[in-house]
Amino acid sequence: MSITYLEAIREAQAKALADDPRVFIYGQDVGNFGGAFKATKGLAKQFPGRVLDSPISEDAMTGLAIGAAIEGMRPIVEMQFADFSTVAFNQIVNQAGTMFWRTNVTCPVVVRLPCGGTAGSGPFHSQMMEAIYAHYPGLIVLTPATVEDAYSMLLEAVALDDPVIFCEHKFLYYHLKAEKLPTEALPVGKARIAREGRDLTIVTYSAMLHESLAAAAELRNEGWEVEVVDLRSVKPLDTDTVMASVARTGRLLCVGEAWPWGGVTAEVITRVVSEGFDLLDAPPQRLNAKDTPVPYHPNLWSAHRPTARTIASAARKTLQS
Amino acid sequence: MVQSVAEAATNNEVLPSPEIHLRAYRFMLLARVLDDKFASLYRAGKIMGGVFLGRGQEALSAAIGVSLREGDIFAPLIRDLAGRLAFNEPILDSVRTYLGSIEGPMRGRDGNIHRGRPKEGQLAMISHLGAMISVVNGGLFARRMRGIKGTVGVACCGDGATSTGAFHEAINQAAVEKLPLVMVVADNQYAYSTPTNRQFACRSLVDRAVGYGLRGDEVDGTNLSDCLRVVGAAVDRARAGEGPQLVVAHLLRLCGHGEHDDAGYIDANLKNSELGRDCLKLAEKWIQQQGWTDTATLAQWRSEAIQKVEEAVATVQREAGPDPFEKNYWSALSNPKFVEGNE
Ligand SMILES: Cc1ncc(C[n+]2csc(CCOP(=O)(O)OP(=O)(O)O)c2C)c(N)n1
Ligand SMILES: [Mg+2]
Repeated sequence: MSITYLEAIREAQAKALADDPRVFIYGQDVGNFGGAFKATKGLAKQFPGRVLDSPISEDAMTGLAIGAAIEGMRPIVEMQFADFSTVAFNQIVNQAGTMFWRTNVTCPVVVRLPCGGTAGSGPFHSQMMEAIYAHYPGLIVLTPATVEDAYSMLLEAVALDDPVIFCEHKFLYYHLKAEKLPTEALPVGKARIAREGRDLTIVTYSAMLHESLAAAAELRNEGWEVEVVDLRSVKPLDTDTVMASVARTGRLLCVGEAWPWGGVTAEVITRVVSEGFDLLDAPPQRLNAKDTPVPYHPNLWSAHRPTARTIASAARKTLQS
Repeated sequence: MVQSVAEAATNNEVLPSPEIHLRAYRFMLLARVLDDKFASLYRAGKIMGGVFLGRGQEALSAAIGVSLREGDIFAPLIRDLAGRLAFNEPILDSVRTYLGSIEGPMRGRDGNIHRGRPKEGQLAMISHLGAMISVVNGGLFARRMRGIKGTVGVACCGDGATSTGAFHEAINQAAVEKLPLVMVVADNQYAYSTPTNRQFACRSLVDRAVGYGLRGDEVDGTNLSDCLRVVGAAVDRARAGEGPQLVVAHLLRLCGHGEHDDAGYIDANLKNSELGRDCLKLAEKWIQQQGWTDTATLAQWRSEAIQKVEEAVATVQREAGPDPFEKNYWSALSNPKFVEGNE
């Protein structure tokens, strides 16, 4: 038996619905149709009245989830694409993100964002939104890179009392497979060493984990041992695991699929430089997507985002500096 | 259509009782006295930030508050002090929030009209206009899922807020879900300085009801009896399962947008029109004409209101503000294990 990243997300939702009567799913086409990507396939039938189609109203979808959370429910909102969550931006950052701090009432909402690029998706169906949401106080931002994490982190997201932005990567939906679902997992907020090494630390998350692992394999052939840290959760950010790795390797490359200005890679480098400058043997580097909208044509798309090849060449520079 | 009490009587509608008039009137009066106190504290430099009054809108607001029951949900607009008081908001909550007391529901973290007790159905508005309506929907939606019956939600907004995307999304959502939402629009002719002819192009905002597939009613927002009747009936219909309701009240803001604003832009013709009448004075006159009260009682109610307000302000002025060195101020997440960077 094997299970995909997408199936893991479906299974996690099925388990959440089965285990907790407070959980419901609300989003466009999530009902009988099972969602644009089929992440809720069969759930409406299995859990009548708890997996509901919404109008195309991202603001009101999120507002409704927040109101239900105040009443003690545990809603999961599916955005059809992460890109459309900009329409819900106000509810997410100003309503959900401020609720606990302002009123002492928790807001356990999960907003699922199918994010990231796939060839041919273009500027408005490919965006990475984690940095935007991580910038605002009051939100937890998760970026699972593996089938196991997609499953366990989504379940943990539903159980958490704070609002969670769950960034699931569309490129991983079908490609990534695991033998079975995990029975135990690292908690949210802990990064994972995805590959051990001693020469360079690559810090990454989401789909870029796999490009980075491929780059590390390529560099192995050249004699380099590259350590790869999968952040798993970008907020909170596990600075300790990153620092410990940099302490071992003395070199740092941060890789993200999001745009370069600010963001997760900049945050990681800032923390390492300000808290662990002495650990570094070379200037830390980062590699992001290019600072343009995400292009449509596959030739352009694959040049826009980091790939194993561009990561390996950035890594070589860091290794040789 | 705006319908008068006399017309309603011939339509066999149940008219609001003398008791409910008097109850509502007393909340109007208390709100006016409290608002006046906030205005003078503001002028004395005792309040940080803005002060937003409900002067001229108390009849509508109190009518909402007295139509609600414990267990309902209310998302007020910024001018709804009367309605909040009638929906059980303690006087101390508003005073503490305006004065930044640590004892208040917002603990100095948020101020003025941005206050509430969400678990008690008193939603704590964010500033963004239109954003609270779908949150009311969510509360009602959750109750339906949990099999809780007989509660309603009222969301209140101004003419200006009806132009937001959030308003449209939420009203349509309530209609699709047939939620017991009563959307009250206080059309007070201006959104800050912008007159309604720069805000919308329909004849009346109530005309939008048909487009959303919900019932719409208009009411003279200066007339307490009419407000009690129309708002009360809308709340009853929502409670009875007849789906969302739109009530559009016509009135005039009898103050600046906030106390910083002299409102010199308000058209003198409007001030002198029927819209510009003071609902508090009209209500006072009406309940006396009906023989439900007399001048001595009115004077006594006023002095009681003043006393309550003065006591609350005196209490709160002795209370401490928030202490920035208290560590838990600086965590926006409820889970302490996730709090970072607060050294
Ligand atoms: C989305 C948004 N845009 C702008 C503002 C700034 N603002 C606050 S109140 C207001 C006018 C509101 O007018 P209206 O809805 O008619 O209510 P009224 O003040 O007349 O009661 C404006 C523009 C805001 N709070 N939210
Ligand atoms: Mg207005």
